[in-house]
Amino acid sequence: MSNEERKIVLPSQILGDIKSDKAGRGTFIENGKIISEKLGILNANSNYINVISFKGRYEPTVDDFIIGIVEEALSAGWLVDINAPSPAFLHVNEVPWDIEFGDTEKYLNRGDSIMAKVSQIDELKKFQITLKDRNLYKIKGGHIIEVEPSRVPRIIGKKGSMITLIKKYIRCRIFVGQNGRIWVDGDTESIERVLQTIYKIESEAIIYGLTNRIEELLKKDAKDVR
Amino acid sequence: MELDIKLIDDNGKRMDGRSAEELRKIKIEAGVLHRADGSCYLEWGGNKVFAAVYGPREAIPRHTQNPLRAIVSARYNMAAFSVEDRKRPGPDRRSREISKVISEALEKVVLTEQFPRSAIDVNIEVLDAEAGTRCAGLTAAGVALADAGIPMKDIPVACAAGKIAGQIVIDLGKEEDNFGDADLPVAISPRTDEILLLQMDGHLTVEEFNKALDLAIKGCHKASEIQKKAIMDKYQSVKGAE
Repeated sequence: MSNEERKIVLPSQILGDIKSDKAGRGTFIENGKIISEKLGILNANSNYINVISFKGRYEPTVDDFIIGIVEEALSAGWLVDINAPSPAFLHVNEVPWDIEFGDTEKYLNRGDSIMAKVSQIDELKKFQITLKDRNLYKIKGGHIIEVEPSRVPRIIGKKGSMITLIKKYIRCRIFVGQNGRIWVDGDTESIERVLQTIYKIESEAIIYGLTNRIEELLKKDAKDVR
Repeated sequence: MELDIKLIDDNGKRMDGRSAEELRKIKIEAGVLHRADGSCYLEWGGNKVFAAVYGPREAIPRHTQNPLRAIVSARYNMAAFSVEDRKRPGPDRRSREISKVISEALEKVVLTEQFPRSAIDVNIEVLDAEAGTRCAGLTAAGVALADAGIPMKDIPVACAAGKIAGQIVIDLGKEEDNFGDADLPVAISPRTDEILLLQMDGHLTVEEFNKALDLAIKGCHKASEIQKKAIMDKYQSVKGAE
């Protein structure tokens, strides 16, 4: 990310012209002008103008790893809340178990959490998810917290630097879903420290030098560094 | 009705000392409620209004879903203590009408086609009323929608104009609304000046109407500046919190 001043833009703010720039995410075109459609930070990238929003629901993209919570067991699959504008569908063929028709409730039921992958999005924005990939399963134990989906890239860090950092100083298991849900497992004290760290990252996400400051914080009360 | 009430004095000043083209004092604060996805608190003269936005989320009951776009459902409600006599709580004819016109105004600016089958809920709660609550409510809803990160073409804003003592004035106060001749609430999309809401109570000639509409749109632009400043203030402070 460039080191220039991060500019906050409002919806309806004119950001550029289609003659010189291209409209990226978070923008729309009207009368040849590129206009912001939401509140966020301006991000110009190789003459694409993007607006990265501060808040808002998770927008699923194919191949995203997410954490879902089962809403309802149907006869041919499950409806899963993935923090998106509408629930996603998990078909019985998309799970690693052999399920007889109508037996879905025995495997996953309302309230169960799963790690899943977005497999398909159709033009009507119906989301399909799958459990058929490595490291995807039903979650047993641990703790799930929710953060703003727009903050997820900061929590993961550049090439996973932030997550590696947390794992280095705190003994725990972490899975960050792209939809803003984070699963943490470990002993009670570790979970508490991970949560504090994540909340700090979330609240200071747009300030420079975040990774270094978080490292100092973690170093201060680190016990066993791996 | 007291007919001896003097809405405009000999110096051309109104009852609260404003001139004909002066708005009441507007104070807006964004992001005040933690449970809501987006929220706003607004004081417009004696009006005190909260707006909270939830969503986009799955529209329930399912038969209300639109397979091609999101529905925007605004709920305008006045607190029992918001007026001098106690207001009987719950939806009534008036609040249902206002909810409907505000929903339709907001639906025109939100990019609803990005969220098929979803609902965006906007709750507008009037805590203290002093004429012009639908304009105050819609203005607050605009800020709350932006705060919730909902994609939209513009931040909607509303302002009223009216006729008191034979003169066209902006932003009617309580007595002016009660004893005046006409009231014209207008909501616009300030970037394009498209009209999102237009209602009229009372009688105006065509010339008077055009003058009042121009005045109301002018007021909308003034209110829009305050809206934008309120959102900017909130997020600049987040950014500067080192």
